[in-house]
Amino acid sequence: MKLDSKIPKGPIDKKWSQYKSEVNLVNPANKRHIDVIVIGTGLAGASAAATMGELGYNVKAFCFQDSPRRAHSIAAQGGINAAKNYQNDGDSVYRLFYDTIKGGDYRSREGNVHRLAEVSRNIIDQCVAQGVPFAREYGGYLDNRSFGGVQVKRTFYAKGQTGQQLLLGAYSALARQIKQKTVTMYNRHEMLDVVIVDGKARGIIARNLITGEIERHSAHAVVLASGGYGNVFFLSTNAMGSNVTAAWKVHKKGAMFANPCYTQIHPTCLPRTGDYQSKLTLMSESLRNDGRVWVPKKKEDAVRLQKGEITAKEIKDEDRDFYLERRYPAFGNLVPRDVASRAAKERCDAGFGVNKTGEAVFLDFGYAIKRMGKDAVEAKYGNLFQMYEKIADENPYELPMKIYPAVHYTMGGLWVDYNLMTNVPGLYATGECNFSDHGANRLGASALMQGLADGYFVLPYTIGNYLADDIRTGAISTDSKEFDEAEANVKKTIDQLVNNKGTKSVDHFHKKLGNVMWEKCGMARNKEGLKSAIEEIQQIKKDFWADVLIPGTNEELNLELEKALRVADFIELGELMCRDALQREESCGGHFREEHQTEEGEALRNDDDFAFVGAWEYKGEGTEPELHKEELVYENVEMKQRSYK
Amino acid sequence: MNLTLKVWRQKNASDKGKIVEYKVNDISPDCSFLEMIDILNNNLVELGDEPIAFDHDCREGICGMCSMFINGRPHGPSDEITTCQLHMRSFKDGDTIFIEPWRAEGFPVIKDLTVDRTAFDRIIEAGGYVSVNTGSAQDANNLPIPKIDADKAFDSATCIGCGACVAACKNASAMLFVSAKVSQLALLPQGQVERKQRVENMVAQMDEEGFGSCTNTGACEAECPKGISIENIARMNREYFSAKISSDNV
Repeated sequence: MKLDSKIPKGPIDKKWSQYKSEVNLVNPANKRHIDVIVIGTGLAGASAAATMGELGYNVKAFCFQDSPRRAHSIAAQGGINAAKNYQNDGDSVYRLFYDTIKGGDYRSREGNVHRLAEVSRNIIDQCVAQGVPFAREYGGYLDNRSFGGVQVKRTFYAKGQTGQQLLLGAYSALARQIKQKTVTMYNRHEMLDVVIVDGKARGIIARNLITGEIERHSAHAVVLASGGYGNVFFLSTNAMGSNVTAAWKVHKKGAMFANPCYTQIHPTCLPRTGDYQSKLTLMSESLRNDGRVWVPKKKEDAVRLQKGEITAKEIKDEDRDFYLERRYPAFGNLVPRDVASRAAKERCDAGFGVNKTGEAVFLDFGYAIKRMGKDAVEAKYGNLFQMYEKIADENPYELPMKIYPAVHYTMGGLWVDYNLMTNVPGLYATGECNFSDHGANRLGASALMQGLADGYFVLPYTIGNYLADDIRTGAISTDSKEFDEAEANVKKTIDQLVNNKGTKSVDHFHKKLGNVMWEKCGMARNKEGLKSAIEEIQQIKKDFWADVLIPGTNEELNLELEKALRVADFIELGELMCRDALQREESCGGHFREEHQTEEGEALRNDDDFAFVGAWEYKGEGTEPELHKEELVYENVEMKQRSYK
Repeated sequence: MNLTLKVWRQKNASDKGKIVEYKVNDISPDCSFLEMIDILNNNLVELGDEPIAFDHDCREGICGMCSMFINGRPHGPSDEITTCQLHMRSFKDGDTIFIEPWRAEGFPVIKDLTVDRTAFDRIIEAGGYVSVNTGSAQDANNLPIPKIDADKAFDSATCIGCGACVAACKNASAMLFVSAKVSQLALLPQGQVERKQRVENMVAQMDEEGFGSCTNTGACEAECPKGISIENIARMNREYFSAKISSDNV
């Protein structure tokens, strides 16, 4: 199968405007006869559902939480990028485009990324108009800060709660459409399969999480905005409920899954403390604007820190190794996430870790407090410091924070073309659940940008182009053999799980899977490890289906059943991630193969053989998936080794 | 730590429900409260018993989903945190801990500790927004907003919609929740056009959902995990009064 990205012809800065002027439209009277399903109500889903509702489509939106306002976009802290150049510091659409391509280690599509940079400016306008209270300067104008991998200040923020404020903005737009009845909201519903009729996505099977009822919903198009799959690692910064199920089910029905091995490990998270741990908490990257990262220079100091005999205060300035400033003088503490994470791992692996597990480095605000005063630090980061103190039980104004990398974001996802459509006609993927804009590494404050760009400004145009052919189709019936079959399959899986009556809880298997993924497909990967990981995961899959125990029935609120359905998909995804990591014989962005590094330990890309998107096609149970390659062509940016020195 | 838990178990909305006692042992003080429940649930599952149903998602204090009434206080004994941010170091070895769901007419129990908070969504749907379609916004910096107003609006906007204010109130009033949204938009220039009908419609919906009246005890403010001030309620009362005396709806 040939993967056609459908990037419009013409110069890079004209592609999107040209596309918009030529795209097919659906007139307002016809829109009300067209149904669209949206899965997920995070930034990408809520903004898409609200905007399509405003346009006049009949939208059905689904989320598994008790309210659309809970989606995990809400937890994004630091900010959202936009090429506004309000700071007059040399920013431009081209620069945001360039930084994103470079930050993604030259593994994303030029056309998509340029469009993202273009519409980034509209996002800020839209959010401010909704009443999103961004941070402002005393003159009343919007404030900006800087983020990793960037030399301008283009990040808009609302303290450490930017994701919350943007999501509540999108949620309020959605609420307005729910009131106007253009959107029907289905809370506490989980999509368990997609229904394909005559080769087109025409509906879904969903489970009502309160009653267990299996429901059929039809539509002319289905939009997935179901987020990322970081929870495959069990421990991550994702919400407990974040899952891959919707994306995985459509993959099994024919949609390609692209670059699954590209995982972002965020450098500034709270270190793990014990086996009972259920998630890892992120501390915003914005902290690296003023915090300095260090470990002791002398190993004996590190050992004493690990034993708890001394604190950071007892180590003199000259005995501190500010390793990011040492290795990357140009960007210092603001190197991109993948670089910062690997550097922390390198120091800790060498024995310089600073807590009892030896897996933590310091993020120190003592210098910032001296420079700008405690009040100024508190005004900027107060809520993050408070959050840290609550979890770690240490005062970060007194002692440096202890941080360690953790799984945070997944750049891989469903393969989509320029229209954000998967290779299944009528099936779209937006936000984190697609693969399209971040290449092998996402820059900070770009996830919010992409989610809202897709939902507010891209999908509403591109979906019309497809739906224009559907104005005479009429309502899609749910009374068809395709719906019968999909529903029967879902029910069969649920029956099997509920009646399995094994001996182990779902978490038992999920933790095992997470452990294999973290050890062998985490921050550093190698051929041998990946090969053995695939075997181990296949064994976990067998054990799961033989021995998982789900108390209760389907016909009620059953949290263990919900988890089991999600973990079953994570296990299969985990295997695909390892296969993808194995085939990609190079290091790029978040994918670091130990066999491919420079003498200084930096990622070594292989552009001759691997400048492609790796899109996997599902071939059925027990058959190896097939890899398809979409060549990446760079016409505007020269591919270079990324340097932040 | 070894603890005794007395947990509200209720099979479904129509079940009467009762307190059931559980023991949990060897809990680390660094463990979070929900992780302690995870441990208990895992034990229950492996015995073939039904685990305790409870709402939770982000586990970092921002999604607003977790909602436990612990020893008579929403989100437990510490101030300005959600249940998921509560750690076992806030308790002592040998403690007995009571865990109940939010209790309010507006929040019916679905199962065990899980309640239905869709009433809050309907209140927002009644007017908690600025009616601006995607694409019609002017440049974001065309309208400067005094920092002091923007900061105040932000403070109101940090509400996570968890419902602790309702659970804490003896009248099960939702005034803090509603007033936080009314205030945020009343403080910003973007909210002015719909200012009057917003407060009227949101208050009307709040009453329709069966939430009680405010008698200014301040329990909501004391228990709010985000420290939302009851100043918001005063502001909403002013907004409501000035809307009503000039309303087109009377």
